[in-house]
Amino acid sequence: MTMFSSRNWREYPHRYRREASKFTKSGKTYYPKRLVDPETGDTAQETVVLPDEGKIVTFTVIRIAPKQWGELSPYALAIVELTDGTKVFGQLADCNVDEVKIGMEVRLEFRRVQTESHHGVLSYGHKFVPKWF
Amino acid sequence: MRTVCIVGVGLSNWGEVWKESFRDLHTSAALKAIESAGVDHLDSLYVGCMSGGLFVGQEHLASLLTDYMGMRGLPATRVESACASGGMAIRSAFIEVASGISDIVMASGVEKMTDVDGDEATYALATAADQEFEVFHGATFPGLYAMMAHAHMAKYGTTRDMLSKVSVKNHNNGSMNPDAQYPFKVSMEQVAKSVMVADPLHILDCSPITDGAAAVIVCSEDVAKSLGKPYVKIIGSGIGTDTIQLAQREDITTIKAATLAANAAFKMSGKTIDDIDFCEVHDCFTIAEIIIAESIGKYAPGAAGPAILNGETTLEGSFPINTSGGLKSKGHPVGATGVAQVIEVYKQLTGQAEGERQLKSSPKIGMTQNMGGSGGSSVVHIMEVA
Repeated sequence: MTMFSSRNWREYPHRYRREASKFTKSGKTYYPKRLVDPETGDTAQETVVLPDEGKIVTFTVIRIAPKQWGELSPYALAIVELTDGTKVFGQLADCNVDEVKIGMEVRLEFRRVQTESHHGVLSYGHKFVPKWF
Repeated sequence: MRTVCIVGVGLSNWGEVWKESFRDLHTSAALKAIESAGVDHLDSLYVGCMSGGLFVGQEHLASLLTDYMGMRGLPATRVESACASGGMAIRSAFIEVASGISDIVMASGVEKMTDVDGDEATYALATAADQEFEVFHGATFPGLYAMMAHAHMAKYGTTRDMLSKVSVKNHNNGSMNPDAQYPFKVSMEQVAKSVMVADPLHILDCSPITDGAAAVIVCSEDVAKSLGKPYVKIIGSGIGTDTIQLAQREDITTIKAATLAANAAFKMSGKTIDDIDFCEVHDCFTIAEIIIAESIGKYAPGAAGPAILNGETTLEGSFPINTSGGLKSKGHPVGATGVAQVIEVYKQLTGQAEGERQLKSSPKIGMTQNMGGSGGSSVVHIMEVA
């Protein structure tokens, strides 16, 4: 689906800068940012930047991929728990997909995530890379 | 609140139905339901459909489908909650009859999934996941359930054999269902050796792409009695929601929306899980059946896999699950699935299940669990013999 540039532009704060909401009352951090704390209903918050390191909580390797992701297949996806406890979803890069496992330490890097056909919008955001890489 | 019953049911052709449009599919299911109930009119219609827009480029379905049923003017509304849309249509009809607003309401579901190619179908299904924070990164539905499977295996020691057994059992049940899309049996080896889609899920862990429609007549008990046809009572209805983004769940080895929905239905019916004789659950992937059997409270966390492997959930077992063949073998036209689950429970409770899959235990109470996305929504219904 073609994404209008305004939609991409609106997503820059979390895609480019890992901005998240830290709610005053609960002290909990949510990524991406939201207006309301889902647990307390609280709206008072500050913007924080997520840490860039964490561990894999769970993962999969996509072996049959939609056409859009075909050139990357097989690719690994993971949920990573960052050092502050926030959980983030994303793709792994620069790794052998058969070596990915739960507990593996990763770093978040700024990468190109999607390209919309040959002349569409390039979308950037985080990908996980093995910490030792 | 009035007692609410189900009196007539109808299924369209089910599978890769190249010759029929989504209008034809829905019309055939609707007319069969009306005929089997013997009603001479409807008061309203709720139709569940996940994504007419992406699968056939058509929204505004309720009016269109009402027109094609030959009932222009009928109050009609579309209900959407991803793959739980059908179950939500049942719930909407239930509420309308229970409240006394209407006496005879059709709840239906439809999805025409093969008018687009596999890529577009994958895209349409993935809209039930979080577009910006999952699909943006390359998530697919098998991928999301695969991540739940890996977490469940790591936490509870769930094995490949346990996953395979779900598929083997459901295909065995489906082999006795004349409506099943894939009515063939599979072996443990075939499941384990089938092509890998998203580790650890193979293609035979996944439900298929299906065209189909299903419809039931939901009515007051007075109407049900007057028709003189077999009917069942809906004694409990519950829905639950959760964040649709997997990473934001407290625990991805359980499905909280299913727990909330089941608990709400138990509370309404005054029953507990121990009163339920059998259940149709949303086995979009084999791991889903295992997690749901735990989330609805039948098994402790980590205990469903071993129980399924031991045969407790087969037709002869103590708690049969997915006697219809489930989504795995019967097929999964997403918007229709929740209604089709109710049809299977209706058939079992009224002794009308075809062939050898009719339970010999004369079940009195059955339950359905229908799920949206990776567990962002769930709807549960409990039905009892009249």
